[in-house]
Amino acid sequence: MDLFLSQALNGLVYGILLFLLAAGLSMIFGLLGVVNLAHGSFFMLGAFIGLSVMQITGSFWLAMLLAPIPVGLVAAAIEMFFLRRLYRRDRLDQVLLTFGFSFIFTDLVETVWGRDVLAIDEPPSLQNSIEFLGGFYPSYRLALLGFGLLVAFVLWRIVEHTRAGAMVRAGVDDPASAMGIGLNVPLLLTSTFALGGALAGLAGVVAGPILGVYSGLDIEVLIPAFIVVVVGGLGSLKGAFFGSLLIGMTDTLGRAYLPDMAMFLTYLMLIAVLLFRPAGLFGIAQPQ
Amino acid sequence: MSASSPTTWAGRARSADPVAYLQYPALAVLLAWPFLFSTYNTGLLTEILIFAIAAMSLDLLMGYGGLVSFGQAAFFGLGAYTTVILSVSFGMSPWTGWAAGVVVSAAAAAVIGFLCIRLKGVGFFMLTLAFAQLLFSAALKWRSLTGGSDGIGGMQRPALAGFRLDDPATMYFVALGAFLLSLVLLRLVVGSQYGHALVGIRDNEVRMRALGYRANAVKLIAFTVSGLFAGFSGGLYAIFNGFVSPDAMAFGLSGTILLMVVLGGAGSLVGPAIGAAVFLLVKQIASSYTEHWLSIVGIIFVACVMFFRSGIYGLLLRLGRRGS
Amino acid sequence: MGLLEIEGLNKAFGSLTVTRNVSLSVPSGRKHVIIGPNGAGKTSLIHQIGGQLQPDSGRILIDGAEVGKLGPEGRARLGLARTFQKNTLFPKLSVHENVRLGAQARFGSPFDLFRPARRSTELDDRAASLLARFGLDHLAQAPAGSISYGDQRQLELAVALSGEPRILLLDEPTSGLSPTETKALVGVIRSLPDDLAILMIEHDMEVVFSLADRITVLYYGEVLAEGTPEEVTANARVQEVYLGAGI
Repeated sequence: MDLFLSQALNGLVYGILLFLLAAGLSMIFGLLGVVNLAHGSFFMLGAFIGLSVMQITGSFWLAMLLAPIPVGLVAAAIEMFFLRRLYRRDRLDQVLLTFGFSFIFTDLVETVWGRDVLAIDEPPSLQNSIEFLGGFYPSYRLALLGFGLLVAFVLWRIVEHTRAGAMVRAGVDDPASAMGIGLNVPLLLTSTFALGGALAGLAGVVAGPILGVYSGLDIEVLIPAFIVVVVGGLGSLKGAFFGSLLIGMTDTLGRAYLPDMAMFLTYLMLIAVLLFRPAGLFGIAQPQ
Repeated sequence: MSASSPTTWAGRARSADPVAYLQYPALAVLLAWPFLFSTYNTGLLTEILIFAIAAMSLDLLMGYGGLVSFGQAAFFGLGAYTTVILSVSFGMSPWTGWAAGVVVSAAAAAVIGFLCIRLKGVGFFMLTLAFAQLLFSAALKWRSLTGGSDGIGGMQRPALAGFRLDDPATMYFVALGAFLLSLVLLRLVVGSQYGHALVGIRDNEVRMRALGYRANAVKLIAFTVSGLFAGFSGGLYAIFNGFVSPDAMAFGLSGTILLMVVLGGAGSLVGPAIGAAVFLLVKQIASSYTEHWLSIVGIIFVACVMFFRSGIYGLLLRLGRRGS
Repeated sequence: MGLLEIEGLNKAFGSLTVTRNVSLSVPSGRKHVIIGPNGAGKTSLIHQIGGQLQPDSGRILIDGAEVGKLGPEGRARLGLARTFQKNTLFPKLSVHENVRLGAQARFGSPFDLFRPARRSTELDDRAASLLARFGLDHLAQAPAGSISYGDQRQLELAVALSGEPRILLLDEPTSGLSPTETKALVGVIRSLPDDLAILMIEHDMEVVFSLADRITVLYYGEVLAEGTPEEVTANARVQEVYLGAGI
């Protein structure tokens, strides 16, 4: 396959992985105003739990299915027992809280799984490369791309076309009045946090064959995801989607063609958006 | 953040502050330390003093200015890199490198601060993080200057008036001097008319501007001075280690400095210094007994945010009042 | 020409116009009161003059110089001071420190990083004499948050005066005060320097007529009438708007 084309596909795949992480991060920010610094930890936790499920059952699919559940529960617990008590305080207190949790999670995974770089194998059915656009491309990556698009579509349907989604949108637009019209805001916040966490956990599992599984993965993915949500627009699913593809492409193509400039490109994008378009490219909520 | 900080001017009259009574005994212990304890412990305390300066530098911005930065490592790292690069690659004295590091950090803080102070709250927090990451990637990628991910080593500790800093005790006293100088200067700053303006702007910017205070100029000065002291501590850290790597500029270090401030109690200067000590001691002691020092730090941090927002210093104040 | 001059000010939030072609002029020594029903755009007007809000068009002049491009701090430097509808004191600071912080903006050196704030006798003297004038000196060391609401409103005024302004904007200085406290505050406003230009919003008609040299009636962002208290009372349109409102 043409090198450029395969790099572009890699960029899309990386972008779609970022999206799985950024979607939750963005909705959590939109609703709760919290930059969840433990979101990378959810990703990492999902990856490790997925690895264990796979080692025990031998099934990648079971890992994908089961690993997000405990991660979602942990996220729900953090929201219910900790974050919720801080909603009346400065939002930065909540950010600091999630930062504290990221330490605990790092220790947790190092204790249970050690400090080595591990990997999740692709499911056997997707270990080959298939012919695609006149060349060969790993079938797992193509499947991942398709899966990510499917998740994006499902999320979009939920947010745009269900009652729960309408509540989320109302909450992002104006949390105070959403509470005023009698929405069950605590439940909404807990579910968003839990779902965002589970989605991050899922992303950790499916990213396993590509990024590996190791302690430190949390920060590795948190920072790009964080750039995605700021660039795309905090609180916007659409922003998270296009932001992910944009950052995924920029980063991957940058590493391939401008290896010395790649990191700068994404950070400069972040700074430019924060300064000149704080609502993001597709955003509705302002970072305040 | 600001509302819960212990800083008030009325409530901090020296005589009413029980912690103030501890400062002279504490100073005596610090002065006698190298004669009482092992070389190893002296090294640990040297490191504590260096990070205490970094934590106090962030406290000026965060505790007194209400501007929570996640990029303090950028200025710490600039100080460290400048010191090592000038001394190893350009053959200057580490002292000159250190001085230049302070200037470079302050200048960078003035430029970056000019952009960052336009945003508030979470926006400010994210922008400082973004700039720090930008400098971090520069440290990683500009290999010819910075040595990339390996960093630069091989810096010899200099001599001072005939005393070689190779001697741990001498190194320690240099760090102690730097710490005390920073503490005295920063205390002067927060107690000055400028300091009062900074706190007023933290608590009510609209009101302070209506009174005629140039809020942005006041904040920019805080950002610059904060960067200056962060660079001061970074340069000293480089001299102490004889080595610098991108870790000195990393996300994790910014977080650690922030953690020290919250742990110790923002808005008190001494508090964040105590926070630095507790953090490094917990790391040192806990990591020799258990693998789980990160969890211990995380739990203490979570507890501080949840229940002791005024940190260890606030706790000491409360205990002291109850005792007297 | 007035010390404070406003020409053709306009401000809209989306489709909601809060200020429509408002002009007024306040010379030195005059007490000019703005009245109008809720939602007339009174506070928005004060915010635009103070610099807290940017008008869409129109000019604001202090002593003949256009100040539209200046922020609130720049206008304060030209001698404009204001109070807010809600108290904006620093509750943990003492009464004395609140006033000193106000005086420091103009007479201190806020950019001197090493001059201890506590040891400025000049600022302390200024604060003390201002507090004495307001009869608040016995409360000087009390935290501002602990004194009565009536005293807080007076303190608010004292802080605004601490920079010795030439123009004073007051946004409902008597709101929430008891009749006795209101009377005391009116006395204080009467006793202010003769050459001070005062522009104030007020709801209490008794206060309005006991203080005003001149009145502007705002109605949905527009000047409905302007004149001496007698002229405004006699104005037919004003009576229509305020019918039953007790004017």
